[in-house]
Amino acid sequence: MEFAVLLLTPLLGALLLAVWGARPRAAEINIALSFGTFLAAVAVTVRVINEGNLTAAHEQFFLDPFNVFLVTLTAFVGLTTSIFSRPYMRIEMEHGRLSHGRLRLYHSMYQLFMTMMLVALTTNNMGLLWVALEAATLSTVLLVTLYRTPASLEAGWKYFILCGVGIAQALFGTILLYFAAEKVLGAEGVSALLWTHLAAVKGELEPTVLGLAFAFLLVGYGTKVGLAPLHNWLPDAHAEGPTPVSAVLSGLLLNVAIYAVVRCKILVEGALQSTLPSKILMIFGLLSVVLSALFLWRQRDIKRLFAYSSIEHMGIIAFAFGMGGAVANFAALLHMTVHSLTKSAIFFTVGHAAQKAGSQRIEDIRGLLSLNPTIGWGLMLGSLAILGFPPFGVFASEFLILTTAMKQEPWATPILLLALGVAFAAIFSRVQSMVLGHSTGKRLPHQPALLPVFAHLALVLLLGLYIPPYLADWYRAAASMIVGN
Amino acid sequence: MQHTPFDLQLLNACAAILLLLSFAMLAQRRIVALVNLLALQGAMLFIATMLLAWRTGQNHLYVSAALTLGLKVIALPWLLHVLIKRLNVQWDSEPLLNVPGTMLIGLVTVVFSFGLAQPIAELASTATRNSLGIAVAVILLAFITMITRRKAMSQVVGFLSMENGLFFGAMSATYGMPMIVEFGVALDVLVAMLVLGVFFFQIREQFDSLDLHNLESLKEDQ
Repeated sequence: MEFAVLLLTPLLGALLLAVWGARPRAAEINIALSFGTFLAAVAVTVRVINEGNLTAAHEQFFLDPFNVFLVTLTAFVGLTTSIFSRPYMRIEMEHGRLSHGRLRLYHSMYQLFMTMMLVALTTNNMGLLWVALEAATLSTVLLVTLYRTPASLEAGWKYFILCGVGIAQALFGTILLYFAAEKVLGAEGVSALLWTHLAAVKGELEPTVLGLAFAFLLVGYGTKVGLAPLHNWLPDAHAEGPTPVSAVLSGLLLNVAIYAVVRCKILVEGALQSTLPSKILMIFGLLSVVLSALFLWRQRDIKRLFAYSSIEHMGIIAFAFGMGGAVANFAALLHMTVHSLTKSAIFFTVGHAAQKAGSQRIEDIRGLLSLNPTIGWGLMLGSLAILGFPPFGVFASEFLILTTAMKQEPWATPILLLALGVAFAAIFSRVQSMVLGHSTGKRLPHQPALLPVFAHLALVLLLGLYIPPYLADWYRAAASMIVGN
Repeated sequence: MQHTPFDLQLLNACAAILLLLSFAMLAQRRIVALVNLLALQGAMLFIATMLLAWRTGQNHLYVSAALTLGLKVIALPWLLHVLIKRLNVQWDSEPLLNVPGTMLIGLVTVVFSFGLAQPIAELASTATRNSLGIAVAVILLAFITMITRRKAMSQVVGFLSMENGLFFGAMSATYGMPMIVEFGVALDVLVAMLVLGVFFFQIREQFDSLDLHNLESLKEDQ
């Protein structure tokens, strides 16, 4: 019941907002729908905590500790982003960058995007997972090109074609997975692509086929995660779309994609009886961290800067999942949470900062602290949090990942530390120049909604200082599930 | 040597034509002709699926065949033709590699695909397992078509051809995916084409051309 509400609220909301169009209060309806989705997510979570794993609709959907926490996170960030986007989009309208028709498109696609991410997270069917991830991409392509500038069209095209080709590889991987599963589970039942069934027999699946399948799945979903060297679309798509879209792409879609990779990894590792998939994931993760740290130095656009930072953090998460083991998985899950909260908070402040300066170029943005202390402090604190300053939550998860790496993969620790240091210097110097100095900006016609920024940062701070016991239990349950014992 | 049944021979012929069409697409520079080749590829896929459905008696394959006919033989080529007419794109500019060069790479790709598909084909129990190599070859050839073209429209045709290869692969390895997945994939492809239609008009409005040279300004250090 709660589950149907969870998926149907945003789906019907997308239709409603498409019909509602540019009438007044569209933004408020968007917030209300996101709030409804969030309530349903909380209700589902409570049920899973009390009653254990859930399945629905002939086992086509399921919830376990791993995905239910991502569902809550997704619904929460979806809610705060919708609150942020109300004044943000109104200011964009007054600056003449959007028309009523495009605002209708934005609201409707925003809800559709949320639906598809929730479907991707909760589906038990590996084929539906593919369908939902592709649909999530498609629903954001037209959001990336919302401003219709040449740069945004280029970004949208890259996003469409690179993710399209990437995800076609994932489809081939899914076909191979089905091919292997069909031998064990039989083609007559529809169960051959259901993850829970596959996980139960993963030891019997044909290793050669699954090994090949994993190569395709990793390339396919890895493109979506933005793992280097498949990351080319990511900075463009994040920089050229409207800021609320950057926030949900970076904070949520990347999480969903890495979730898909981890689900596949669990199956393949069970079948191969080796740690090869983990090793590959680790290498890809490390490569992403190093490359993005270097690219960070060349960025002149504030949104591209933080997009590269997202690639870096996805690399860290992939590396941690690759190391495996209960602690590393725990840290990776924690890092997914805090990265998602912090990065979306940063994009909220960056969006308003760019509106004030009338430009996304870092050198045009100056003196945020004197111009608007809340935006300035928000950006400063958010950047410190994402750079892993104690006592924020990112510090806790990165610390856990680094100490585990010292124990399990000592060779990787210096590389990781060095890359984190380089990234730190690159981002810190740029943010410092933006928040200090003489102000050049103008007044915004509407009061920005900065409550989401500080709500996110407060949560990240809380997770750094103290993880409530039930939350810790929940992470632990998910982490041990990923280990597969 | 064991005598191959007639319907299986027909199926193999379909697979061979599918591969030939991929090569033809690699060489074709007229965009209208490219779309026609794509439709023809869809038709081959439809015939192959029908034959397989009849041979194995699996009803869901008939649905899958109907889906192929509706989407890949009729709807998508029609949509592309409308777009071509409205946007007035007739010829692709000079490809990045000349035709003989592309053909040579294509040949190597086919050999490679058969090598790649060999271990899987040995495990398969389907009558069509020998076509698996062809499916992989179609996917990779479509990929080459995509990277050697400059016009957005040709890249999209390459993308759809890759999709055909994927479906053919699914069919020859496992007699098709579960119905719900096939519907989902078909829906995604249809939506993707609609999004692209909108997208093309936006690009056109902005640049007066669908040449992808215009889309190369976002460089890393910008």
